[in-house]
Amino acid sequence: MIKKLAMMLLAASLAAGSSALLAQSVSSSLRGPAALNDEGPAPPMQPMKNTAEKEVRNYPEQPPVIPHSIDGYQVDMQGNKCLSCHARARTAESKAPMLSITHFMDRDGQFLASVSPRRYFCTQCHVPQSMANPPVSNDFVDIDTVLSHDKPGGKR
Amino acid sequence: MSSADIPQGTGAPAPEKRLGLVRRAWQFVLDLIDVLLKPSSIFGLGVLVLAGFVAGVIFWGGFNTALEITNTEKFCTGCHEMKDNVFAELKTTVHFSNRSGVRASCPDCHVPHNWTDKIARKMQASKEVWGHLFGSIDTREKFTDRRLELALHEWARFKANDSLECRNCHSAQSMDITKQSPRAVEAHQRFLFTGEKTCIDCHKGIAHHLPDMRGVPGWQ
Repeated sequence: MIKKLAMMLLAASLAAGSSALLAQSVSSSLRGPAALNDEGPAPPMQPMKNTAEKEVRNYPEQPPVIPHSIDGYQVDMQGNKCLSCHARARTAESKAPMLSITHFMDRDGQFLASVSPRRYFCTQCHVPQSMANPPVSNDFVDIDTVLSHDKPGGKR
Repeated sequence: MSSADIPQGTGAPAPEKRLGLVRRAWQFVLDLIDVLLKPSSIFGLGVLVLAGFVAGVIFWGGFNTALEITNTEKFCTGCHEMKDNVFAELKTTVHFSNRSGVRASCPDCHVPHNWTDKIARKMQASKEVWGHLFGSIDTREKFTDRRLELALHEWARFKANDSLECRNCHSAQSMDITKQSPRAVEAHQRFLFTGEKTCIDCHKGIAHHLPDMRGVPGWQ
């Protein structure tokens, strides 16, 4: 009898708890006020950074980001719009940085005469930058900042 | 009409036996020339001038109207070769939809606006009618196989007329480079304003997909 009563109490409390959960509006700062099963309005699209000013890499291996708009740039089997400025032979006229020598290496480390097919699709690694405010802040510090902590007079 | 004219003619005797078709047609042509060369004895000069004027307006207007119909996006995309290939590609580009809502349709870039050049281009375009009738690019594969050849024609045309069809809208004089991106400012100052290059030299593939660009100057 006591066992049965306990079961009923448990069921009642479960029901009460779940209804309270359902009533609560689930929201996070990223989703905004839209309910989980609703799709909120899309935020307005932000323009791309188009200053053409070189950006500092955060770590040596980082593929440099693209500081200009690449809307409508065709990069496929037929042609590569990026290379019409960044290819070795084009840089004198375009004044664009030449793609690095690593792009000429095949997977065995052999240098080819032109861009290696595995490095042909630029946007696999290099991306343009949106002007949108990041919804989550980033407290990344680069290695120079970390190392300067130990130096006398360095930042703490 | 010809039978009524025969008595007025120079006395061509009515043939005894029935002539061949070619001979009869030739006779009709001769009679017609005869009538056309003789001054009218029925209509006044004023009536003839007025009638000629009205007919001229109708024919010239009709010709130009028909020509302008062939100069519309609707007409160009009437053929599936255009609709499924180049027009479908145009739809994704800035010349089809953009922030200010100005659209460049097919003839804006591909038909000269100047009348003489337009007629010359229209006569050239009769080859495209031939191509349509005989299906030279009636599948996607056939089209992509010949895309380089077709693109080379257009690039050569733009190069020869200094990108005239671009400049109908984008003139160097009304270009405010302070509103452009730094890259565009530098490139336009160095190459466009000095006349060293013309629009198509750098802006290939802005309205349609590119063909195989190997061997095209400036491309890899």
